[in-house]
Amino acid sequence: MAQYNLTVNGKSVSVDVLPDTPLLWVLRDELNLVGTKYGCGIAQCGACTVHLNDTPVRSCSLPVSAIGNKKVVTIEGLSEKGDHPVQLAWDEADVPQCGYCQAGQIMTASALLKRNPKPTDKDIDAAMSGHICRCGTYKRIRSAIHLAATKA
Amino acid sequence: MSASTVSRRSFLKVTALAGGGLMLGFHALSKDSGGLLADEVFAPNAFIKIDGAGVVSLMAPNPEVGQGIKTALPMLVAEELEVDWAKVVVVQAPLNTKDYTRQVAGGSGSIRSSWESFRKAGATARQMLIDAAAQTWNVNSNECYAEKSFVIHKPSGKKLGYGELAAKAATLTPPADVKLKDSKDYKLIGSRIRNVDTKLIVSGKPLYGIDTKIEGMLYAMVARPPAFGKKLKSFDDTAARAIPGVKNVVTWENKVAVLATSTWLAKKGREALKLEWEDDGKLDTTAEMTETFKKLVQQKHEQPKRNDGDAEAALTSASKVVERVFEAPFLSHAPMEPMNFFAHVKDDGTVWMTGPTQTPARTRADVAKALNIPEDKIFVGMTRQGGGFGRRLQSDYSVEAAQVSSLARAPVQVIWTREDDQQGGFYRPMGMYRYRAAIDKDNQFSGWYLIAVGVNQGNASRENAFPAGCVPAFRIDSHNYESKITTGPWRAPNHNFIAFTEESFIDEIAHTLKKDPVAFRLELLDRGKANSYGKIDADVDRYKAVINMAAQMGKWGTQGVNGIYKGFGAHFSFGTYVAQVADISIVDGKVKVHKVYCAVDCGKVINYAGAENQIEGGIIDGLGHAMYGELTFDKGKAKQTNFNTYKLIRMADAPEIEVQFVKNEISPQGLGEPCLPPISAAVANAIFAATGQRLTKLPISLQPLTVGPKM
Repeated sequence: MAQYNLTVNGKSVSVDVLPDTPLLWVLRDELNLVGTKYGCGIAQCGACTVHLNDTPVRSCSLPVSAIGNKKVVTIEGLSEKGDHPVQLAWDEADVPQCGYCQAGQIMTASALLKRNPKPTDKDIDAAMSGHICRCGTYKRIRSAIHLAATKA
Repeated sequence: MSASTVSRRSFLKVTALAGGGLMLGFHALSKDSGGLLADEVFAPNAFIKIDGAGVVSLMAPNPEVGQGIKTALPMLVAEELEVDWAKVVVVQAPLNTKDYTRQVAGGSGSIRSSWESFRKAGATARQMLIDAAAQTWNVNSNECYAEKSFVIHKPSGKKLGYGELAAKAATLTPPADVKLKDSKDYKLIGSRIRNVDTKLIVSGKPLYGIDTKIEGMLYAMVARPPAFGKKLKSFDDTAARAIPGVKNVVTWENKVAVLATSTWLAKKGREALKLEWEDDGKLDTTAEMTETFKKLVQQKHEQPKRNDGDAEAALTSASKVVERVFEAPFLSHAPMEPMNFFAHVKDDGTVWMTGPTQTPARTRADVAKALNIPEDKIFVGMTRQGGGFGRRLQSDYSVEAAQVSSLARAPVQVIWTREDDQQGGFYRPMGMYRYRAAIDKDNQFSGWYLIAVGVNQGNASRENAFPAGCVPAFRIDSHNYESKITTGPWRAPNHNFIAFTEESFIDEIAHTLKKDPVAFRLELLDRGKANSYGKIDADVDRYKAVINMAAQMGKWGTQGVNGIYKGFGAHFSFGTYVAQVADISIVDGKVKVHKVYCAVDCGKVINYAGAENQIEGGIIDGLGHAMYGELTFDKGKAKQTNFNTYKLIRMADAPEIEVQFVKNEISPQGLGEPCLPPISAAVANAIFAATGQRLTKLPISLQPLTVGPKM
């Protein structure tokens, strides 16, 4: 076990875990931030996506020892009151079915809009290609991203 | 609300919160938590609670797997209760077989079975609130009406809120018979209501089984046989126990569980186990099973599943026989939330469980059996679920959690990895379907004979599906292949592949007869209605109406315009009629699905927003598995162990979808499953239109295509 000092959602936290522990399990089991989801463990589904210095990363495949002083933002830290334009758009477009993958989708979508405020369908396809929605809400995710682009 | 560690005493409350509810959960089951309901004033039945401040809580008794039932069922109650939906609090109920019937997510049956009773529950409470107001004003009840959580006295305009009336209403006897609203007066039913949990979902609140956490809870990972047909011979847990944070190792049957203070440590502990397995029966290989199936589909079965007329004679006397053999692979359900369950077998003999399950009553019954504990000592809470698709109809993973907790004497959450469920789960059975159609000397379609083969199921067909009853001679046989590979229902069981085969084959017969495939379906339905060849499950006129609607939506009749080819598919299942047109093109030898037009008759639509989401999702699900889904086994071992090899559809492959409903006042029918089956045939028939090639095997992405338009 080793101690790691992390910055998560703007707060400094300290955890005592094995160096190879994926950030995903540090967030979920040590920090009780369970909005970040486990889906595959091999960076194929995107359910575990968080921001690392504003870039979407797969927390299931990122060992805690590799984070250093980079800033981690999870779905819980995307906005204080759940009112980030992407979160609002997800509700307005009534996206979720089971909802399990949506936190990850939202983290990638919000990062996309930050670097590309008016994405085309093609931009969206490319940005969201690392995500799986088993319920098949892709059409609504796409509409919600376009909708969020009008809100930002 | 965060998932922060809480005391045991708060467990019930936290379970309810984790289940997506906002205030309470287990009260109906346990006296312990009765105090949570201190403010409740009027609770005329198990569906409704109104407090003195007028807050209306509606219970959602059924498991929510993404089908939208947590939104739709309370809508039925709210409609009759005449409440302001914006002020309703929806609470996920736990398993409670005393007050609720059919707490199941399966068979697309929740709305069908609840349509009457839930509205009656709302209407009963409404009448009691009206009576309470009438008594308060000393007027006749029929001079009063309810609207937006108020009772209004029509002549005087006086009004009282439900909160003010709750205490008095609670003293009244519920009326034996209540009048339900006329459908023309519906405000909620038939409107568009958003998913009640979306705000919690998009802000990452703990809602799902995997988010469950209580003080002292251990995380467990279980080593299970590495192949179907293997069993545990021996194990050595020395290295596992040496890992800091690993608290216990327990074994039972064929399994070894490692319990630790975190998921990662439990996984590390499991990896450190030295395990030895031995053969325990047949180790199936799917390639070999295919060869066996090829022989079986050539064999008649002496007990047909359906037998109208004499199909064998029709084939013998036919002037032409059309024949095709279709092959279906095993499929994994692969819900996004991996299998998990929380269990605490306590020293006082009670068992507390919560997690994602489509069948909480089965969980309770099977845990009772496994632990030899009476059912009334077992409490099962329900969380929101990250998909189900049939996987969570099984109780293996919840029983497993109870067994681990029982052996370790600790509260535990058992978590499966994705790989665990690709190997140790239950799968859509592999199958093979051999069709023969007889064309008689007058060039009429006179006979149909299907010989099916399935795995671990006596009937791999849906013997009453179209065109049953529309052909003079119609026979279906089904052979069973017993395998150690465990199988079970997968969204629209059997329909999900039968529709591909029969709708592809109907298309082929139509082309053989040089008839338009849509006109041919309509002709067959008319012929079935006009003759008494055999029973027709479906209503012919409704079936024809959705076929016509989809054909019109999809501009049926044109092929090859701008490189777009069209295919048609229709299917009746779970009481619902669905017809689809798929627009495709072939790009660089690959199929691109551009748009799907879908006509649906599911009777009355409760929630258009949720209904459209189910239809879009069902089409994407059906299309994705038709394109990519394949699970194969080598000596009992799954070859596709995660999403890098077990491919699921992604955004770029998701087509545009246009949905239209037949508007009618018929009682609502199923919607979670019926839109999935026809899409694979619609796409395959479009591929035929584009290339002249009949696809008989899924997934499509693995079949080499002949490039280029045929016409």
